[in-house]
Amino acid sequence: MSFANAFMDWALIIAFGVVALSQIMSMIRLVIGPDTGDRILALDTMVINAIGLIILLGVAQGTRIYFEASMIIAMLGFVSTVAYARFVLRGDIIE
Amino acid sequence: MTFTLIGTIATAVFLLIGASFTLVAAIGLLKLNDGMTRLHAPTKAGTVGVGALLLASMTHSHTLGEGSMHELLIMAFLFVTAPISANFIAKVNIHRRSCQTPPSPPRDDMWSTLDVPEADREFVEAEQ
Repeated sequence: MSFANAFMDWALIIAFGVVALSQIMSMIRLVIGPDTGDRILALDTMVINAIGLIILLGVAQGTRIYFEASMIIAMLGFVSTVAYARFVLRGDIIE
Repeated sequence: MTFTLIGTIATAVFLLIGASFTLVAAIGLLKLNDGMTRLHAPTKAGTVGVGALLLASMTHSHTLGEGSMHELLIMAFLFVTAPISANFIAKVNIHRRSCQTPPSPPRDDMWSTLDVPEADREFVEAEQ
């Protein structure tokens, strides 16, 4: 049992570090991205990684109160990606 | 006893799977060298990465005793919206001509996102 708990703790630490690292890497792509499409894609990936981080926080603390936050961020991320892409495509968001 | 053991180990394994897929997606986003190629990598983070993390969260809450299936909602939402946003980003890439333009369609003259209305032609030509 203690082995499983230690494994779980290490997996949590590793998952936190790795997801934070990939968040930083997509932020680098957001800064250097040569075109608008890359920046939109990097922002979308950062939203996905933020959902992952919030879920990890919920697992680490053993609560379910972060579910609503991750749901709202998922919806907001989709809407903002579509709005940004539509702004580039049409020059307007709601015509 | 054994149920808790198996649940804890399964949670840890799901966490590691999700984290590794997220890292693979970020490496692909950073290292691939074309706009359309880069579009391919982060779909792994959106489906398998976050999917495995949500599975870990579900397994963890079931192991603790108070089971919850709410995470399926987020998973379904992400699975539905990921192709739509990917399609929009691909259209942005075509529209900005930051990739190889696809061959012209069989029926119409050109792709609709590259088509400029008659009245706006002079603005686009002045911009280029």
